[in-house]
Amino acid sequence: MSIAAIVNAKAELTHGRRPKAPVVLSTRIRLARNLEAYPFPGWAKESQRREILSTCMEALESVEPLQQGSVFQLEKLNKLEKQILTERHLISRELLDAKDGAGVVISGNQGCSVMINEEDHLRIQMMANGMKFRQLWKGIDAIDTILEAHLDFSFSSEMGYLTACPTNVGTGLRASAMMHLPGMVLANQMEKVVRAVNQLGIAVRGLFGEGSDAGGSIFQISNQQTLGESEKSIIGRLTNVLNSLIEQESNAREKMLESEPLKLCDKIGRAYGILKQSYMLTSSEAMNLLSLLRLAVDLKVSPGRWRSVIDRLFIESQPGHIQYAAKEKIDAGQRDVLRARLLRKEFSSLPPLNFDKVNGSY
Amino acid sequence: MAESLKCQVCNKAATVHLTQIVNNKIHKVDLCEECAHSKGVTDPDGLSLADLLTQTTIAAGDGEAGIECDVCGFSAADFRRSGRLGCPACYSKFESQIRPMLKNMHRGQRHEGKVPERSLSRTGARHRLGDLERCLRDAIIDERYEDAAGLRDEIRTLANNIDGGGRG
Repeated sequence: MSIAAIVNAKAELTHGRRPKAPVVLSTRIRLARNLEAYPFPGWAKESQRREILSTCMEALESVEPLQQGSVFQLEKLNKLEKQILTERHLISRELLDAKDGAGVVISGNQGCSVMINEEDHLRIQMMANGMKFRQLWKGIDAIDTILEAHLDFSFSSEMGYLTACPTNVGTGLRASAMMHLPGMVLANQMEKVVRAVNQLGIAVRGLFGEGSDAGGSIFQISNQQTLGESEKSIIGRLTNVLNSLIEQESNAREKMLESEPLKLCDKIGRAYGILKQSYMLTSSEAMNLLSLLRLAVDLKVSPGRWRSVIDRLFIESQPGHIQYAAKEKIDAGQRDVLRARLLRKEFSSLPPLNFDKVNGSY
Repeated sequence: MAESLKCQVCNKAATVHLTQIVNNKIHKVDLCEECAHSKGVTDPDGLSLADLLTQTTIAAGDGEAGIECDVCGFSAADFRRSGRLGCPACYSKFESQIRPMLKNMHRGQRHEGKVPERSLSRTGARHRLGDLERCLRDAIIDERYEDAAGLRDEIRTLANNIDGGGRG
C-alpha cells in the first residue's frame, strides 16, 4: 500500500460516517508494550531493532483489522510521506526521529495504527470520531490480547507493563481526546483550566501532542498517570474531566452569546467571508478560521452536516497534505495559494450564515 | 539572605522555581535558565512535569551514577541523561532510583490493570524449564539416574506445552 492510498482512503478521522459532535473531535487510546527479550528501542542495537521489527510485524499479521491495511518502514518513506502520516495522527512526531528499524502498520479505515520501535517496541493506538472510549478500549484490549498470544511482553506483577520511560509504566495506557474549545479560548480561560486539570493528573497539549501549539483552539487532553489504577478507572477519571470541560465550554459560549453577541457574530462572519473568498491562507490562519466555522455549526448558524467537512479540512489543509496534493515541489507561499483555493472550493456551496437563532435583534 | 538554590539538573545557580501540585503533593523543582528552557518550562504547552521529575529525581541520586544493568549495560548515568531505561531488567536494577520517582508520578505504586495471562504462563513455564534443566544436569553429575529420568520426562512434557507459540 502506498501513501496515495492513505490520503485517498475514507478514513475514520476524515470521513467517519457517524455524525460529528460538538466540542469533542476525536478520542484515542494507546497502549505501550515491550518484548521481554530485547532492550528498549532507544538502547537496542540496530540488528536487535530489525529483529524486533520483524517479530512484531509477524505477530501483527494475526490482527484481523490490520490485515487489509498498510505497512510502512519509516526509513523507506521520504520526509513528505512521513509528514502526511503525522498530520493524520497515524504516527507520532517521536517516530520521525526514531532510529533505523522503525515501522508502522495502519488499518484500512485508519482507525488503528501500531508503531514499532518508537520509544517502546510497540505503540498500539486506536482512534475514533467523538467520545468513544468504551468502544476504543474494547477494540484495543482485544488487539493486545491477540498480540500477547504471539509475543512475550515484559511485565512485572508489581509494576505492570514495563516501558522505556517510567511515566508509562503500569497499564502503558494513554487515553486522549481532541477537544475544540474556542469559547474558553475567546474568554481567556484556558490557562486557568490547564492549571486545574494538571492537578488532577491530566495533561493539556496542542493538536500534535507534546510541544505543539493549540492552533484552531484544538487541545489534546490526556491522562498522565498510568500506574496504580486500572485501565477502566483511568478512562473513567479522564471522561469525568472531559465532561466537565464540555460543560464549561458550553457555559463559556452561552456567556459570550449573552454578553458580546456582536463580537462573536462578527468573528464568525469574517471567518465565513475569508474562507469563501481569500486567495492566500497560511495553515495557522486556516486552522483558526475553520475553528470559528465549527463554532458556527455548533451554534446552528451553519447547517450540521458541515461539521464533518470542517473536521476533514483541519487535516487536509495541513502543509504536508497541501504539498502532496500539488504533485510538484512548491514553497510555503504557493502552499498558501493552494490552501485558499481548496477552501474556496470546499466552501463554495456553504449557504449564507443564519444568525437568527443567535442574534435575531441586530 | 537565604542560601541560593542550585539547578537540580546541572548545579548552576537556579533562577526558575517551579511548584506544581500533583495528587495533593507539592513538587518543587529549581532550575537554571538554560535548563528551564531546554526542559520546556518556558513553553507551557510543551512542559511535561513527569519528564522533569524523572530527570531531577535521578540527578539527586548522584553517587549511584556508576551502577550498570547486568543484562543490557545501561548505566544510572545513561538514565539520568535520557530519562529512559535500557531494558525491562533495568527496572529491578535501578529500583531504588525508580521507586521514589513512581511515587511522584503516579496514583499508586502497584499495578492494578490488565495482566497478560497467556504471555505470563509461557514465560513462567520457560523459567521452570530452565530450573528443571539445571536439576537434570546436577542429577547426572551426581549419578542420580532415576531422578534424571523423571526430570527428563517432565522437561519433555513442559517443552511440548511451550511450543504452542510466543516469541521475543
